Amino acid sequence: MAWTRDQMAARAAQELEDGFYVNLGIGIPTLVANHIPAGMDVTLQSENGMLGMGPFPYAGEEDADLINAGKQTITTLPKSSFFDSATSFAMIRGGHIDLSILGAMEVAENGDIANWMIPGKMVKGMGGAMDLVAGVKRCIAVFDHTNKRGEPKFLKACTLPLTGQNCIDMVITDLGVFAREGAQRRFRVQELAPGVTVDDVKSKTEADVVYD
Amino acid sequence: MGNKVYKDARAALAGIPFDGMTVMSGGFGLCGIPENLIAALRDSGVQNITAISNNAGVDGFGLGLLLETKQIKKMCSSYVGENKEFERQYLAGELELEFNPQGTLAERIRAGGAGIPGFYTKTGVGTVIAEGKPSQDFNGETYIMETGLNADLSIVKAWKGDTEGNLIFNATAKNFNPMMAMAGKVTVAEVDELVQPGDLDPNFIHTPGIFVQRIIEARCEKRIEQLTTRERT
Repeated sequence: MAWTRDQMAARAAQELEDGFYVNLGIGIPTLVANHIPAGMDVTLQSENGMLGMGPFPYAGEEDADLINAGKQTITTLPKSSFFDSATSFAMIRGGHIDLSILGAMEVAENGDIANWMIPGKMVKGMGGAMDLVAGVKRCIAVFDHTNKRGEPKFLKACTLPLTGQNCIDMVITDLGVFAREGAQRRFRVQELAPGVTVDDVKSKTEADVVYD
Repeated sequence: MGNKVYKDARAALAGIPFDGMTVMSGGFGLCGIPENLIAALRDSGVQNITAISNNAGVDGFGLGLLLETKQIKKMCSSYVGENKEFERQYLAGELELEFNPQGTLAERIRAGGAGIPGFYTKTGVGTVIAEGKPSQDFNGETYIMETGLNADLSIVKAWKGDTEGNLIFNATAKNFNPMMAMAGKVTVAEVDELVQPGDLDPNFIHTPGIFVQRIIEARCEKRIEQLTTRERT
């Protein structure tokens, strides 16, 4: 059985460490916040200008001046701080954020990622994604292993315009976990979802992955 | 220093707009946007604006007001996904668009305001963003050159301001406003609460008054784009 979106988020949460500063992207990565292990101190950064993002407000307590990068109303925590966009991206570009978990349209075996633009369709913009993959110490891409037509998204080379080069350190899909290891930094299967076989993954993966 | 305080947004913009001007407008989504100054800019009738703003507002609000009236010639943004009229004009070839990675946009504005004409960043290396830009290696890693940005007019939104132009922003409504205040030839601020010098603690000023030439107190609607709440347990 392939993992659900929530199970993928839970698996990604296992990559968190005590004391980490983390930026979560929109979609499945946002769900990771629900799976931070009890007692672990993780500080969430929102690139619109906040460290220490709290939960959604109770109805009636929302503040239009207090939103996350997905433009959702949020709350503060005792440890929270606010800052301008230049400072926010100084944290990101300057390598001060420990981990970025983000969605992807395509990831390639060399760690390239494409997640912002499909030529011919309306382009919405990259937002902060290019800065995040260029600057954050470790980047994990979380996405469904295949697209709606059943075609692989984990490829030999990205076909869509890149968000960043050689920047993805781990891939988590509904089928399993793939981490880059060794001097050659090749992706290796680290874990498979329950009931998923190596042959299942091979048939849905174009990237050169180490399976042993 | 002359008086910086104006009675309303229209008065605060008087004599500033000209066709083909570059305008920076603060905010992230609809959070921390200078609502009244955007409306007054529309009412000024100025044409062919190059607008530098992280987003393009939504239909009928924020910079969406200036798109509706086709007063914007070019947008310089990082994300514009919330605006149907924007999409229509862009696909029809009526609107120019320049995407910048969000951090690059913020730093270009900061640099412009700080008198730095260019800088190197690793954001966008190997992507379409790098095309046509000089690159250089530092310590074995490749970086691309980005240029500083300035504007003929910056319009910003703050929480509190004093009559000297000192500003304090609230929560995540700060975002691009402080850098834009620095990068405008003329910066006009609208604040929720205008106070007298001495009422704001100098230790907690975010934008020193030197960066602000004109200021108004004005009520903002403060629309919420994605109202998200949780259940009480």
